[in-house]
Amino acid sequence: MEGCGEDGQVKLLGVIRSPFVVRVRIALALKGIHCEFIEEDVLNNKSELLLQSNPVHKKIPVLIHNGKPVCESMIIVQYIEEAWDSKAPFLMPRDPYDRAIARFWAAFIDDKVIPSILGAFRGQGEEQQKAVEESVANLLLLEEVLRSTGKAYFGGDGIGLVDIALGGLLVLIQTVEKVTNIVLIDTQKTPLLSAWADQFCKADKVKNAFPDRAELFAFLSARRAKLTSPPPGN
Amino acid sequence: MATEGEKEQVKLLGVTLSPFVVRVRIALALKGIDYEFIQETMQPKSELLLKSNPVHKKIPVLIHNGKPVCESTVIVQYIEEAWGSKAPNLMPKDPYDRAVARFWAAFVDDKIFPSMRGVFLGQGEQLQKAVEESVTNFLLIEEALRTNQCFAGKAYFGGDQIGLVDIALGGLSAFIKGLEKATDSVLIDPEKMPLLSAWMDRFCKSDGVREVMPDFTKQAEFISTRRASMISPPTAK
Repeated sequence: MEGCGEDGQVKLLGVIRSPFVVRVRIALALKGIHCEFIEEDVLNNKSELLLQSNPVHKKIPVLIHNGKPVCESMIIVQYIEEAWDSKAPFLMPRDPYDRAIARFWAAFIDDKVIPSILGAFRGQGEEQQKAVEESVANLLLLEEVLRSTGKAYFGGDGIGLVDIALGGLLVLIQTVEKVTNIVLIDTQKTPLLSAWADQFCKADKVKNAFPDRAELFAFLSARRAKLTSPPPGN
Repeated sequence: MATEGEKEQVKLLGVTLSPFVVRVRIALALKGIDYEFIQETMQPKSELLLKSNPVHKKIPVLIHNGKPVCESTVIVQYIEEAWGSKAPNLMPKDPYDRAVARFWAAFVDDKIFPSMRGVFLGQGEQLQKAVEESVTNFLLIEEALRTNQCFAGKAYFGGDQIGLVDIALGGLSAFIKGLEKATDSVLIDPEKMPLLSAWMDRFCKSDGVREVMPDFTKQAEFISTRRASMISPPTAK
């Protein structure tokens, strides 16, 4: 039966297109944890279960493990790592310093990368240009990390916390590029990051966690159109 | 001060009035870790700061045996893990309790601090709005203290001892009190938030905390000075 057994009862509240939900789905898939996915109508009708499970933020994703809710995507990913700590692969390094570096870059992705990419999606003209420059600068810093470690993934030889933090955003980033006609992950400026993105998208188990690209393109196009449509006349 | 032959060399780059620096100092004090405090000049930022935190160029930075760790919440978790065998433990053992601790620490960073920053920067109507937002956020913490199984009835968010959430929120105590004084507002009302109020008093008096918590009056004066310099002179009509 899905969602039960040795892993306990695992439910995930979310919407498939959300990069934060994708992050959690990737972590669950990598660890081979079976989970019941509950699709939420976040725009119009949040479920009682969601409001009860995340009363503070009322946001998805929420992981509910044996009835106990965990909120905030990167906290959920670390929870998955720790609650299933005997299940390979390990998503966090062993060494405390390496763990601190992983947490630093995961925080950087949440605090800097995401806002700049959203700015590029939502902005127009000069504002958009500024957000694009900021996004590229942020991604260059991540390029530098890959360059200095010389490894295939941020987690080393395998996918780790930072790969999941950024990888969860990949389909969103690539779709934003298409919808707005801008380049964020540039094969020339960020060759290693480009190669990492290709590899990540093809990785076993990971790709099933991604949203449908065509659907996301349609969704974001509609959003962009609304944002850029001229205001009604007086 | 680190001496030749000493096993661990720990330096903390920061300024004494920064609530983020206070967090780290509390964690180091609780673990009984000796360190060299390097007062950062900030204007201009020192070579050491720019080298150690090239991404954000911010304090605090912990430098452990030459290796820098940045971001206060990351540093506190690092201190817990690098000195994992040293009591007290700043994080619970159980994975679920750890997730709850991280959730509330993130709430302090993502909601409480920005609303406080709004109070710090705000004037008039904007200030009022920021005060209301802050009170709403603090009320959520009060609610958690009252009803969350991990916290209810305990002396600290960490249980019998100070933990991550206590440090994350408690590190801001002087900043919160200083803001109240400097803006003549009430953010943590003992009547509306009895548990939070009592917790903050208890926290500020605790060993390891009181030695590094900035004086509230000094903090208030610093904030007042900064706020005064932000108000632009009136423009001619």
